[in-house]
Amino acid sequence: MSKIIACIDGSRAAINVCTASAWAQQQLNAPLELLHVLEKTDYPSEGNMSGNIGLGTREHLLEELAELDGKRSRLMLEQGRFMLGEARRQVVEAGVSSEQISELQRHDFLVDTLLEFEPDTRLLVMGRQGEAHDSASDAVGSHLENVTRTLQKPILVALDNFKAPERFMLAYDGSVTANKALKMVAQSPLFKGIPCHLVMAGKRLERQREQLANAKTMLEGAGFDVTTAELEQEEVRAALLAYVEEQQIDMLVMGAWGHSRIRQFLLGSMTHWMLHNSKVPLLLLR
Amino acid sequence: MLQKIKQDWFSNIRNDLLAGTVVALALIPEAIAFSIIAGVDPKVGLYASFCIAVIIAFVGGRPGMISAATGAMALLMVTLVKEHGLQYLLAATLLTGVIQILAGFLKLGDLMRFVSRSVVTGFVNALAILIFMAQLPELTNVTWHVYAMTAAGLGIIYLFPYVPVLGKNLPSPLVCIISMTAVAMIFGLDIRTVGDMGELPDTLPIFLWPEVPLNLETLMIILPYSLGLAVVGLLESLMTANIVDELTDTSSDRNRECKGQGIANIGSGLLGGMAGCAMIGQSIINVKSGGRGRLSTFVAGLFLIILVVFLDEWISQIPMAALVAVMIMVSIGTFSWASIRDLKKHPMSTNVVMIATVAVVVATHNLAIGVFVGVLLASLFFANKVGQHMAIRSHKDDASATRTYIVVGQVFFTSAEKFITSFDFKEALDKVVIDLSQAHFWDITAVGSLDKVVLKFRREGVEVDVIGLNEASRTIVDKQAIHNKPEAVEKFMSGH
Repeated sequence: MSKIIACIDGSRAAINVCTASAWAQQQLNAPLELLHVLEKTDYPSEGNMSGNIGLGTREHLLEELAELDGKRSRLMLEQGRFMLGEARRQVVEAGVSSEQISELQRHDFLVDTLLEFEPDTRLLVMGRQGEAHDSASDAVGSHLENVTRTLQKPILVALDNFKAPERFMLAYDGSVTANKALKMVAQSPLFKGIPCHLVMAGKRLERQREQLANAKTMLEGAGFDVTTAELEQEEVRAALLAYVEEQQIDMLVMGAWGHSRIRQFLLGSMTHWMLHNSKVPLLLLR
Repeated sequence: MLQKIKQDWFSNIRNDLLAGTVVALALIPEAIAFSIIAGVDPKVGLYASFCIAVIIAFVGGRPGMISAATGAMALLMVTLVKEHGLQYLLAATLLTGVIQILAGFLKLGDLMRFVSRSVVTGFVNALAILIFMAQLPELTNVTWHVYAMTAAGLGIIYLFPYVPVLGKNLPSPLVCIISMTAVAMIFGLDIRTVGDMGELPDTLPIFLWPEVPLNLETLMIILPYSLGLAVVGLLESLMTANIVDELTDTSSDRNRECKGQGIANIGSGLLGGMAGCAMIGQSIINVKSGGRGRLSTFVAGLFLIILVVFLDEWISQIPMAALVAVMIMVSIGTFSWASIRDLKKHPMSTNVVMIATVAVVVATHNLAIGVFVGVLLASLFFANKVGQHMAIRSHKDDASATRTYIVVGQVFFTSAEKFITSFDFKEALDKVVIDLSQAHFWDITAVGSLDKVVLKFRREGVEVDVIGLNEASRTIVDKQAIHNKPEAVEKFMSGH
């Protein structure tokens, strides 16, 4: 059965990931896997600048490097186990039954591990920034954009003080990606019983009014309480964020990376911008 | 993609910069020494080292590996340079690059799996011996000053790292070269210096097309050299890549490395450099100094050319004795000491392969021939070993005068003879059953020997029943994929 995968590391974001994945687990009633990946990013830095090689240097060097790697890995493994244990405790505290939780540690790169488990993934929960960016509060972790671009599964980006959403907003522009996102929201039990704000922003919206109405009908058909809004403005992004604040929306749902790479390069990507600037948790659908 | 580039280039900036500098300093004496081996001006080797290191940093398949002008390649060029001159060497370098790129596209890098560990060890040891032997001309018919300087140089190289603080932060080969040069200049010793060996670079390399007639005759001259250079270059590069893989616990892209070596050699040839490849010794120095990323290779090349262009006056003063000391260090460091220590532990066949590889290389001065002999010997030993995995049991049913032979194991060219002699044709029987369902027939020789056995029995008037031939001969089919489809195998077999 497909799982919710929660990416746990030693950063501040881990606690948000725990609460967010506990909420998602209770909505979806799917097994939850707590994942910690032991990435090999930095190297033992005991460089020896003597620049000479003698008999058996290769063998000694190999021994030495393996020893350093081994020490570091053992420490990280231990630390990772502790983090996963802590995460499990938090998730159980948030009301998830412990039979539903499993833990996994892997030696790999995060993206590669996630790709390997992709067929089995229902929802991925990640923090906005990892261990490397703990000090900068609005930075986006180096993994996040990479993961969201590579993985073709829904990704929930948890932010500080995550709480169960009371209203969520679906950003809709009538595009293929947006329609796909709409369909996923309508069919998934994730947002059952939570009021939906279906929002369209941009210039000359009257053309797309019919599409918006259709989308509303579709969601209402699926049993949602829908409020629609049209934000007739030049600055789509700012308008959306302003709406979020005004209406006290606590989760933003959107189709991700809908446009071609070239257009993203020229005009900037909506998804990229939202990842950086959103004040509420994001659910990216592909 | 972007992540990968970042990981390859900028994940280890500080260490890569430092290690690249250390490597650049060690590359200079090597590039000069290898130019002298090849019989060209030192600037040819120095330009080559710069071009190859910088280009391979971008296009290579193994981050952190150092490629430049090498001794293995230099040894192959000697006669070409002697008989036809530098321009033909540049043309041969271009052709080498083209052949290597082709090899990359044909995915010949995957063939490295046929080169066993003992062949690799033999290659490395042979290379070390060749580098050492190439230093001998500098040590014959010279004054005692040269011996003294070489000995002092070696002393500095190996003892300086034990000096507290400084020892671990200053490359000892550099200390050796600087102090030996100072001694020679101060005492005004009349000994050979780098400047005596030919022209040093005083400008950046410039683009030039080799001045050779573009005709079939030229091609026939350079092709044999280019083939040898391409093979040796790829062999050493892929072996070095394996060593770096092992040291850093990461993996490399072999076919990209093949193409990269080709592009680097073309670049070198067009800028007046000789052909080169990856260097085992320098790559180990790089890893030891903390270098892991592409940046370390790039810095090594760039720093080398900066040093050489600005310091050419000083470099020409370096006594050859100091270079010899550095090269002896490289040869000692390249030699696999463990292979001598483990001679007793390893099986005889492994030792024979290793020693044969070394012996052939030392005799021919061509690493490609040595590797070829090594691989051939290793395959023969392997075939012989696997051939021993065949046994034939039999039991006789007296009532019906029937004997059943049960063949277990691998039947192919080395075990076919044993297969035939395992049957007793002299026994008076009515019927023989040969059960092959637990055997594997690997080639036509095996099938032929079965035919022979059946024929012999029939001549004795014995009725022969062969069981399980289909299962046993499935292994003859070259492509494993066909095995899963029984009808395809039958179709294949019926064609024979």
